[in-house]
Amino acid sequence: MVDQNDLLIPERAVGIVGYGAYVPRFRLPASEVSRVWTGGNAGLPIKEKSVPGPDEDVATMSVEAARNALSRAGIAPTDIRAVWVGSESHPYAVKPTSTIVAEAIGAVPNTQAADWEFACKAGTEAIVAAMGLVGSGMADYALAIGMDTAQGRPGDALEYTAGAGGAAYIIGPAEEAMAVIEASYSFVTDTPDFWRRAYQKYPEHGNRFTGEPAYFKHIHQAGSALMEATNTTPEDYKFVVVHQPNTKFPQRAAAKLGFQPEQVKTGLLVPEIGNTYSGAAIIGLSAILDEAEPGDRILLVSFGSGAGSDAMALRVTENILTRRDKAPKTQDYVSRRTEIDYATYARYRGKLVMK
Amino acid sequence: MDIARHWRLKKHRYALQTENQAEAVLAVVGPSSNGHKPHLEEQVAQPETITGEIYSFATVFEAPEGYQEFAPYPVAMVRLDDGSLITAQLTDVDLDDVEIGMPVEMVTRKLRSTVEDRGMLVYGYKFRPMLRQ
Repeated sequence: MVDQNDLLIPERAVGIVGYGAYVPRFRLPASEVSRVWTGGNAGLPIKEKSVPGPDEDVATMSVEAARNALSRAGIAPTDIRAVWVGSESHPYAVKPTSTIVAEAIGAVPNTQAADWEFACKAGTEAIVAAMGLVGSGMADYALAIGMDTAQGRPGDALEYTAGAGGAAYIIGPAEEAMAVIEASYSFVTDTPDFWRRAYQKYPEHGNRFTGEPAYFKHIHQAGSALMEATNTTPEDYKFVVVHQPNTKFPQRAAAKLGFQPEQVKTGLLVPEIGNTYSGAAIIGLSAILDEAEPGDRILLVSFGSGAGSDAMALRVTENILTRRDKAPKTQDYVSRRTEIDYATYARYRGKLVMK
Repeated sequence: MDIARHWRLKKHRYALQTENQAEAVLAVVGPSSNGHKPHLEEQVAQPETITGEIYSFATVFEAPEGYQEFAPYPVAMVRLDDGSLITAQLTDVDLDDVEIGMPVEMVTRKLRSTVEDRGMLVYGYKFRPMLRQ
């Protein structure tokens, strides 16, 4: 049982004043992975996944998403008091991605900057922290990003889905918001479903253990608790988006929470771009914001292995109508696709030994 | 001193911003304050996406050290909308699709690593075909 006291609601109302998505242009069909590793006999968890070009990483992708968010927010980059980048594929092991992003968008030097890690929920973790920074009155604007260039061991189940992309959100005062964040709730336990040890290139996972005790349990607990504490039901929401590691999981998790397929489909991008890890739930949200109407309510539930979920209840405002066309929409990136084969993918992702 | 050189050029490289532009924005926007600040368009124009068109181009097959992993790649002279001409790599475009007059926009991408696998990553501007026509 949870009540109002368990919710995370800042004293000063906050919301999303700007948002921006990014997805690289290359696509690797899941059938290519199956062709190379199973002779084409594997079941395919998605249609295709996005692959970053050789000159792209979490820093460059975050810069573009952040520029899109700034265009929609219409604020000066120098008004941003925090640049936080959530990812599990930061370009450096030691040196922040966030300083590169802050410098490129012109937010330096009067700003916080840090990188966040919590597997696939590092992005929503940064958003909740931004809610606190703005909601306390310490800052007017904070930039939170979830972005990944996910890696899967060649031939592993994850290689079919580990994609690239994400989204950036500028959190600010509710009166300037395109969508007000009415409440959030976080549910966290120590659950070893997926990890990558230091100096290891590829992650390990618990196969079927990643399902019920990890993904489904945390998403259900977070989503149902938030609805219970805010006295809302699935019928109150026009859209729902949950973390999307493959096509089936988010549909099953949403159905278990009581949502209909119609509420899920707008934010369900995984069949076409793969699992974008820290970006997965929040790029689904950006696709929803591209389509939503004022007054629509949205439920978002992320999931990060390790494990935990952040749930947020949002309400779209009139500002969406005048500001969302100021930057490329999520579908502009999704539909910009160049198909590549496994050999090109192996080259672009550094899987070829050169010396 | 590679690191110092790249560090000095970062404003120019990351956002194709000249020294004069950087100083002008700082002078108008000023330092931060805790009070609510008016939106940027009320103070200075929001920096637009930097766009232009391809004036001329070539393809690099034999890349210099540090750039081999990207070869073959196109480079171009880009005529920016303000009339200036700049040389840059092109990205997000197939070699066969590059043509004179193609509208392009600036993006920030990885240029190279100063030392393979363990050096500093150098980022900078490139141009790509317009995402939205």
